[in-house]
Amino acid sequence: MKRSNEPIFWSLFGAGGMLAALIGPALVFITGIAVPLGLIYAPDTMSYNNMLAFAQNWAGKLVMFGVVALFLWHAAHRIAILLHDFGVHAVAAVKLFSYGGAFLGTVIAGYALLAVGF
Amino acid sequence: MADAEKIIEIEVLRYRPEQDKEPVLQTYKVPFTDDMSVLQGLQYIKDYLDGTVSFRWSCRMAICGSCGMMIEGKPKLSCKTFLREYYPQGLRVEALAHLPIERDLVVDAADFVAKLERIKPYIIPKEARTLEQGEYLQTPQQRDMYEQFSSCINCMLCYAACPQYGLNPKFTGPGVLALLHRYNADSRDGGQDERMKLGYADEGFWGCTAVGYCSEVCPKGVDPANAINQNKMNSAINYFTRFVTPGRADK
Ligand code: SF4
Ligand code: FES
Repeated sequence: MKRSNEPIFWSLFGAGGMLAALIGPALVFITGIAVPLGLIYAPDTMSYNNMLAFAQNWAGKLVMFGVVALFLWHAAHRIAILLHDFGVHAVAAVKLFSYGGAFLGTVIAGYALLAVGF
Repeated sequence: MADAEKIIEIEVLRYRPEQDKEPVLQTYKVPFTDDMSVLQGLQYIKDYLDGTVSFRWSCRMAICGSCGMMIEGKPKLSCKTFLREYYPQGLRVEALAHLPIERDLVVDAADFVAKLERIKPYIIPKEARTLEQGEYLQTPQQRDMYEQFSSCINCMLCYAACPQYGLNPKFTGPGVLALLHRYNADSRDGGQDERMKLGYADEGFWGCTAVGYCSEVCPKGVDPANAINQNKMNSAINYFTRFVTPGRADK
């Protein structure tokens, strides 16, 4: 039987899932609740200048790229197998929509992080 | 007899290829006692009410794996399921889902058996030993690596439970993949490379989307979902390392 190329997508899915489980809830709490409500953190924590500085630092770039790209690949795989489970078997269309979307998001994230400079 | 006799309605899915275009339901009223299994209910029907009802069974003790059927929509061994659980509302029994019906509750197991043969479900010795050298030794820890997977009785309940097998019968399926793992995980076995070729395919481990219902319905406590998940990891590692590991290149 032919070897499957699924390990590529499954590994990205697994890595994204692990990252999401480890830092997803904390990220939602900090960026979505704590900072906007002025809890715990200084009010300007996520100000434009701070975020720009973060995105211009190479370590910051790496973190942002990892979070955006791996979360997207995780979600793409989830959506693809969920559609399959629900009986949508237009394989090419599903893959284009899910993995294509993740690929596009990865490219855009990479481009944007390089574009903001160092 | 300690129990007073009660009557339960059993609805049986009938399919007699020579007269039925498609499966039809037929209801029987069966007197039963609390210690009677669903299988015994069917045997009562066959012996006293309708000798034409067909179903498979042998051991009556959850070890031969032949009496699997859908009981109220769930894959179960009919010898391990009691009529009293369905009293007074009654129950419906049907042939195992996802498998072609041969006759009434009897399904065609050919696909399952062919897949089982393909994974070589026996130990392929790592090293040849003569009789004088004695048996192949194994520590309890080594045995624990495969023990639960060796409990499989080939009942196919997990195939009736697996939505992926229902969608695509080319998928090797939970039970056979669990058995593939059972032999691969045995310290005495040397057939891993041969078996893994089947596992690495789309129809192998990758056909699974981790639904997990197989492990829930297994009457013997086998956890096929776990076997598959472990092997997805092994397959992924092999996928990425095959070019740098000697002797592993594109298997
Ligand atoms: S794994 Fe369990 S449910 Fe599946 S065939 Fe084996 S014994 Fe039956
Ligand atoms: S009759 Fe053997 S498992 Fe039920």
